[in-house]
Parts: sequence; C-alpha cells; structure tokens
Amino acid sequence: MSTSFLRRILGFLRNTWRGLTSMRTALVLLFLLALAALPGALLPQWSLNESNVRDFADEYPRLAGFLDDIGAFNVFSSVWFSAIYVLLFVSLIGCLLPRSTQYLRQLRARPVRTPSNLSRLPHHAEGTVPLPPDEMLAVTRRKLRHWRSEERTEQDGTRTVSAERGYLREAGNLVFHFALVGLLVTVAGGQLTRYEGQVVVQADGSGFCNSGTYNYDSFRAGPTVDGTSLGEFCLRVDDFDVDYLHTGQAVDYHAEVRYQSGEDLDDGTWRQHSLKVNNPLRTAGDRVYLTGNGYTPVFTVTFPDGQQRTKRTQWKPVDGTTMLSQGATKFDRPDMPDEQRRHRNQLAVTGLFAPTPELDGKVLSSRFPALNDPMVAVDVLKGKLGYATGKSQSIFSVNQELIDSGDLNRVARENLSVGESISLDDGTTVRFDGVQRWVNLQVSHNPFQPYVLVFAVAVIIGLGASLSIKRRRIWVRITPGGSAGSGEAASTSAVEIGGLARTDQAGYGEEFTRLSGELLAGGTGSTSSAAGEENSRGRSS
Amino acid sequence: MQVNQTLSTLSDMAFATSVVVYVLAMMLYFAEFASARARHSERERAAEPVAAPAASPPVSGTATDGSVVGRLEPEPRKPWSERFGGMAVAVTVLAALVHAFSLVTRGFAVGRVPWGNMYEFGSAICLAAVVAWLVVLYRQSRPQRSTTPASKLRGLGGFVLLPTTLLLFLSGTALYAQASPLQPALQSYWIWIHVSAAIVSTGVFMLAGVASIMFLVRLRHENNPLRAEGIGSRLPTSQALDRIAYRATVLIMPVWTFAIMAGAIWAEAAWGRFWGWDPKETCSFIAWIVYAAYLHARATSGWRGTRAAWINVFGLAVMIFNLFFINIVISGLHSYAGL
Ligand code: HEM
Repeated sequence: MSTSFLRRILGFLRNTWRGLTSMRTALVLLFLLALAALPGALLPQWSLNESNVRDFADEYPRLAGFLDDIGAFNVFSSVWFSAIYVLLFVSLIGCLLPRSTQYLRQLRARPVRTPSNLSRLPHHAEGTVPLPPDEMLAVTRRKLRHWRSEERTEQDGTRTVSAERGYLREAGNLVFHFALVGLLVTVAGGQLTRYEGQVVVQADGSGFCNSGTYNYDSFRAGPTVDGTSLGEFCLRVDDFDVDYLHTGQAVDYHAEVRYQSGEDLDDGTWRQHSLKVNNPLRTAGDRVYLTGNGYTPVFTVTFPDGQQRTKRTQWKPVDGTTMLSQGATKFDRPDMPDEQRRHRNQLAVTGLFAPTPELDGKVLSSRFPALNDPMVAVDVLKGKLGYATGKSQSIFSVNQELIDSGDLNRVARENLSVGESISLDDGTTVRFDGVQRWVNLQVSHNPFQPYVLVFAVAVIIGLGASLSIKRRRIWVRITPGGSAGSGEAASTSAVEIGGLARTDQAGYGEEFTRLSGELLAGGTGSTSSAAGEENSRGRSS
Repeated sequence: MQVNQTLSTLSDMAFATSVVVYVLAMMLYFAEFASARARHSERERAAEPVAAPAASPPVSGTATDGSVVGRLEPEPRKPWSERFGGMAVAVTVLAALVHAFSLVTRGFAVGRVPWGNMYEFGSAICLAAVVAWLVVLYRQSRPQRSTTPASKLRGLGGFVLLPTTLLLFLSGTALYAQASPLQPALQSYWIWIHVSAAIVSTGVFMLAGVASIMFLVRLRHENNPLRAEGIGSRLPTSQALDRIAYRATVLIMPVWTFAIMAGAIWAEAAWGRFWGWDPKETCSFIAWIVYAAYLHARATSGWRGTRAAWINVFGLAVMIFNLFFINIVISGLHSYAGL
C-alpha cells in the first residue's frame, strides 16, 4: 500500500512538474506577471513617491486601507508578485535544462533521411536537368556547401541529399532564456548589496566624506550593508551654476567638484570633475549624482553685546520654475550659559526668498530663477525654538505649535535686499549678506551593475538570433533521367526538391524558390529555367 | 541655443500639410476599398483556394518571351479601384516625405533631436508606422513575392492610416508644444539611441496591431462569409494579415528590448539607478511581457490564430496606454517628456 501511495505522490509530482514546465503554463504565468505589474504602474507606490500614496489615502481612505493591506502600494516587493516571477523562472529553468541537452544531441545528429514523397512538403519543386546524376550531385553539393548535409543512396540506387541549416536559432533562444535567468539573479544580487545616500552640500567649497552613514541626510541600503564598509572617497563642491533660457527653463546644471579616493586620500591629491545631470562622478565603486539644487540666503546676526554669528542654511524651492524658496535660518544666542535663558533668546529668520524679486505692494514673489538683485521677505522670530523638546525638526520651518503657544514671537517683518538689515528693539541686528547655492547629491552603489549589463546584452543578442534565424531543411532527390543512347549512362537527371521550415517563422518560401531554381538550372545561376513548377503552399511561403 | 523661428514655422506648416495629405491618402485607400468589392469577392470565391499560381508568366514585356518584346499592347484600362489604390500609395509616399521634412526642419530649428516632447514624439511614431507600411508594400511588390501582391494588401492601407492620422492630429493639437531646447535631463546622446528605438518600435507595433485587428475581422468573415461582410470580404486574406502582424512583431521585438535596455542605461546615468519601477518603466515592461506572450502563443498549439492575434492587440493597447496615460495622467520621471 505504501509503495502505491509513494508512487501516486511521485506521479503527482511528476505531473505537476510537467505542467509547470509546459509552454502553456509559461504563457499563463507571463500573463499573470503582466497583470500583476499593472497596479505598479497605475497606483502610487511607497518606494517611488510616498506623498502620492498619502494623497491617495486621504482621498479614498477605505479603498487605500484595503489596497495597502494587499500590498498594492508595494507591488514589486509584494508576495504575490514575487510568487509569480519565481514560478515563472522555475518553469523557465525546468524547460531550459531538457532543451539544452536536446540541443546538444541535435548538434551531433545527422540531417534526417529524405522523405519518400517530397511533393507532400510545404515547399516542393521538380524538373529535369541536362546533367548526369553525378555532376548534378556535385552541383548540389556546391550549392549547399553552407548547409549541414548528408548524402545517402537509397535502395534503388537513387542519390539523395538531406541538408539542414539555422542551428544557431535554438542556440540564440537558449542564450536568451538563460540570460533572463542571469538578469534576475544579478538584479537580486544588486538588491542585497546596494546602498544609496542623499546629502545636501553648500556649493562654497564644503563637502563630505563617504566614511559612514551618519554623513548622509538619508540613507537606504540592502540587507547585507551595515554601513561600515562604504566605498571611501571625499568630495567638495566648489561651485554650482545653472544656465537659464529667457523663459526660465533650465538648460544646464553643473557643479564643479573636487574629489579624492584610493591613494589620493593618502597623498592629498584632489581631482576635478564637472558634475552634470547626465554625467555622474564614478569613483571608488560608487556613483555620485547631482539630483537637486537651491539657494542659501546668508544671514548675519549681531547681538547687542557685539558678537556676530553668520549662518548658511539651505532654503527649499517651492516653485521649480521661479525658484521662489522658503526656509528658516536659526540662531542661538552665544555666551548665555543659562539654558533657560538661552532657549528663550533664540532667533529664527524665516520667510521667502526670491532670486529675481517681484513686489506686489509688500508681497514678494519671484519672476525668474536666476539671481537678479535677490530679495528676502522675512519674519524674525524670537523665543524658544524647541530643539530641546527632542522632537525632530524640519530645517525648513519653525515649529508652529511654539508660535501658537506664545513661546516664539514675531519681533520683525521686513523685505531685505542684499546688504540691508533689520534692527530689533533689543539692539540686535539681522543682516541679509548675500546668497550662495546648495546642491543635493546622491551617492549610489551597486556592485552587480556590470553583470546586469552583460546579461542584458546577452538577452538582446540571443533574442535577435532566435528571431531572425530560420531553422530549415531541404532535400534533393536525383534520379537518372533518359539518356541519348540506350545502355549508356544517363545524361540527364530528374531532380526533385522538397523544403520545410522547422519553425513558425514565415519567409522560407523565397529562399527555397531561389535555391530550387538554381539547382534546377543545373547550378548555372539562371533561375528562369523551364523547370520549376513550384508549389509553395501553406503558411510558410 | 537659439530657436530658429523661420524653420520652426516651416516645420509647423509641413506638419499641417502632411496631415492633410495623409487624410487624402486615407480617402483614396478607402475609395479603392469600397469600389473593390465585386472584384475581390469574386476572385476570392473562385481563385483563392488554389493560391495565386506563383509561376504564372510575369506581366507582359519580360525578355524571356521574345514575341512580346517591342510589341506595345494597349494596356487594358485599369479598373477604378486599382487606380485609386495606386494613387493612394503615391500620395502616402508624398505625405511621408512632407512629414519627414517637418521633423527634420523642427530638428534644425531647435538644434537638437526632433523628439524632445510629446508632440514631436507622437509625430515621429506616426512617421515610423507609415514608413513600416510602405516597406511592407514595397517588399510585397517584388516579383518573388507573387503570393500576396501588394495590390491585395492595399486594403489594409486605410486602416493603417486611420489611427496614424488620429494620433498625428492629436499630437498637432492637444499635445502641441512650441519649439524649444531640451531640458537638462534630456541632454544626452542616449536620447538619440533610446528614444529613436522606442519610436520605431511603437510605430511598427502599431502596424502589427492594426494587422492583427483586421486579421480578427477577416477571420470572422472567412469562417462565416455572412459575418463582417462589408469589411471582411475586401480585406487581404487572414493568412497575409497574420503574416504582416507576425513578421512586424518578430522584427521589432529585439528593437523594443533594446529600447528598454538603452533606457535603463540612460536612467543609470541620469536618475541614479538603472531600474526603479517608474510608471513608464513598469508599463514598458508590461508591454514587453505581453509581446513575449504573443511569441510564445505562436509556438503553443491552440493559441496560434485568434488568441495570438488578441494578445498582439492587447500589446498595442498597452503601448498606447503607455504613450498617453502614463505621460499625461500619471506623474513619474517621464512626465517632463510631456506637454
Ligand atoms: C521570464 C519568462 C520568459 C520570457 C520573458 C520569455 C520570452 C521569450 C521570447 C521573447 C521568445 C521569443 C523567441 C522566439 O520566439 O523564438 C521566447 C521563445 C521561447 N520560449 Fe520563452 N520566455 C520566458 C519563459 C519561458 C518558459 C518558462 C518556457 C518553457 C516552458 C519558454 C519556452 C520558450 C520556447 C520553447 C521558445 C521558442 C519559441 C519559438 O521557437 O517560437 N519560455 N521566449
């Protein structure tokens, strides 16, 4: 009983495996994969744009809850999406292994015997050639020299040639499918070992070193990255500039950077690179990209006791086309050992910055993204900025709760051009010194990237070969025809030719017509002999 | 980088002209189609099953037949439908030339590739589709291809030009954009490689999709001559339509694969990663999978005819969705290619 049970299980497993590796299953799985990817294109995705997901959730809260539960906002790391492609690739591998061995066997096999009835084949031609059979055979041999061919003598002495061509098609197809597996494996490898960090750098010679994740404003990494062995390099941003059209459209962003990696770190050499949108810096196995930019208004506060503090805090663009920006530059009062008092005497300069100002009364907006007599419209707030509350703070704004609760009070509101300043009641002055630019840099690392490229190229080459090469066969049967005098060897040959394309590929007919025409003309090249009533029929013509 | 206004105006004028000429060509195709009824259906019932005899002597005047040389037989007056058809092809060629001129002048006007926004992109796709169609006609007009002579394929012409002119019209109106230089993210030689491959693929897939749609109509008619008679009876044979769809798809699939991969290589330089499931990337991936399914269906028994054709139509639907919906409605990194 137990053996029959075992056999049943084995039979079941075998059937499952056969089913899984069948072409029909592959087809269904391909469809499922396309279907499963669809929500990834239609719905906002956490990994791409969190705020879009939040907007969607605000608009359709119940639907969004459901969708989030089933992973529809995270399609490409969802269980069901993974399940489909894993099944597909299992099916693919199960299909490829037997196909490969079969292909190797085919490579060694000889072209098949000539069928007895060539006129039943999709392509067929016959005629009489004024050459003796031996010479006709030689002609055939010459014409088919690029084919793998086999000559045979049938029982009645008739000579036949079987020839086959286009073996590379299957090779290409196998390369293609194996390369898909390679692509999947290397992409997965990349997911495990990649990292990506974002950092804002002032374009005034400031910089950072890729020595630890703490140097980044945000950092994401694959599970095998613990942040202790990042590619080592340091980078400084000397200058950043944008060229604008008169319409305000940006036509060129470029950051002039200096960097050092490898030996340069030891001997202090700095190399130049012009970082542009399509021209990342590649060094130490990492890539550095220019992903954003903005303005930093520089403010200097002179406290009543004469002490000065200058701060450069990036403000963030709120309008990409005019670069109207907003932000908050925050100051601590120096030399105030008493925590309590210090925290009540903090200053924040917050408001709008316009690179090319346009004033409507006192309301500031920007007309153009480049610097033309820039201006800020600021509120100066004094009081408690609330670093101490432990809550994380946006660097672009002050905590509204503190304003509402009266801990932070507006003490001035003014529009300032470069060089102008505000004097507060307590004798403090706030001066708008000027502007500099900041850039957002992204550092990326994926050690598998070159291998992905190799497999991608193999995919294309394999696909091209598999789709452009036709596997086709031709058979020629040469029977001695009539002869001038009886008893002598035949001086003509009756020639029958059959052809078969072994794949779904349309388009063998033309080649067959040409080839059979040449053969029936005795290899003289003229195809317009009287010979061929060719019946290219069927779908493969 | 200054925009040359004269050239840009010239380009706009050529564009408008080409749309008008395409409409004329389309009307001529349909005129042939409509007046071809009797001839086609007669011939079909009588002669089709035998398949046009390939070795039937070529039309008069070839050198092999001495008696004909030099003798000027009065050509029998071609029936109107034939003449419409001939004119339709000639007018299509003219329209395509004007159209190409419009793209070239646009390119010179802005000093860059003429496919930097959706208007230019849509226009270029249409040109690719029309050129693909003309290539099919040309290949079938060679004597070796006598199984389905070009005149028998022309019935498809109007149906190829219909969506083409529609897309062209949309590009020229709703999607129109003033000539202007490229955004920084698009300034890379990859725009030549990636976008031109995508344009050619989309255009050829369009032709393939139309052929598959008409294949389905025609097959309905062939299976039951009473169904879809108006259109079905005048179309090329289902076999010929299937072949156009299949060969076009097979030819362009590696190009489409290349377009996606070139996009990935470009994305690595421009956006910091080679693949990020951006809506455009996702949708291209889906289209690719659907076309792979089409090729597999062609190799799977029971899926070959109708089902495969439906898959091809679905593939085209995904491509069109990718072009319009993803660019216009959904915000992604490709959105700037838009309006
Ligand atoms: C990731 C999944 C797959 C993709 C993207 C894919 C893609 C393709 C493409 C584009 C072709 C076209 C080449 C041609 O028609 O010659 C093809 C052919 C082929 N595939 Fe796949 N395939 C996948 C999975 C599979 C699986 C699982 C099997 C086996 C069950 C399979 C078996 C075949 C065969 C036999 C051909 C040759 C068909 C023919 O000769 O027309 N494929 N595949």
